[in-house]
Amino acid sequence: MIEPVFFYSALIIMVGAFIAVLRVLLGPTVPDRVVGVDTLNTLVVAGMVLLGAAYDRTIYIDIAIVYALLSYIGTLAIARYMQGGLK
Amino acid sequence: MNTVDYVIYAFLAINITFNLLGSIALHRFPDVYTRLHGATKCTTFGTIFAVLAVVVHSLYRLDVTGDPKYLQMTLHSVVALIALLLTNPTGAHAIAKAAHLSGVKPVKAVIDAYEGKLGGGEE
Repeated sequence: MIEPVFFYSALIIMVGAFIAVLRVLLGPTVPDRVVGVDTLNTLVVAGMVLLGAAYDRTIYIDIAIVYALLSYIGTLAIARYMQGGLK
Repeated sequence: MNTVDYVIYAFLAINITFNLLGSIALHRFPDVYTRLHGATKCTTFGTIFAVLAVVVHSLYRLDVTGDPKYLQMTLHSVVALIALLLTNPTGAHAIAKAAHLSGVKPVKAVIDAYEGKLGGGEE
């Protein structure tokens, strides 16, 4: 039982994710690329929640929770590394 | 088409609009701090409405079918939203501070209030 509205919303959000990937590829400095990756993570979490509603699978939403927490830890690690080493 | 469908469509329209604005803001702003401002605020606000649409949908399905799977979907969506709301501004703050400490200056800024207040490499 697929809900087409949620599926097409997730598709359009993935178009926004590709625009964020362009900033990751083009970014002149390292913090620009990190901002692109952070935006990409948020958009992927939104797309996973919408796909979980579209395909009637709760497990997709559980994976979205774990992905949000792990991407937060990754962002913090890169930020600590940029401001002078992992101490 | 009943009222619940219209509410879900309105929430999804707000979600798509703000998420696309957040990713376009990455290309329209001049430096890393304004890009961080636009992208973080817009995508967080859009994702709130994505989760609200899923919550309305699954509560309606719970009311119609009585399947407890939909209650589980509602609660897990709310947990995902809370995780995102706690972690997103914290990550943005860490990126901004790290960018300033690593030597990236704001473009066209008249007053830089952080200048000289943060020591290099120390917390």
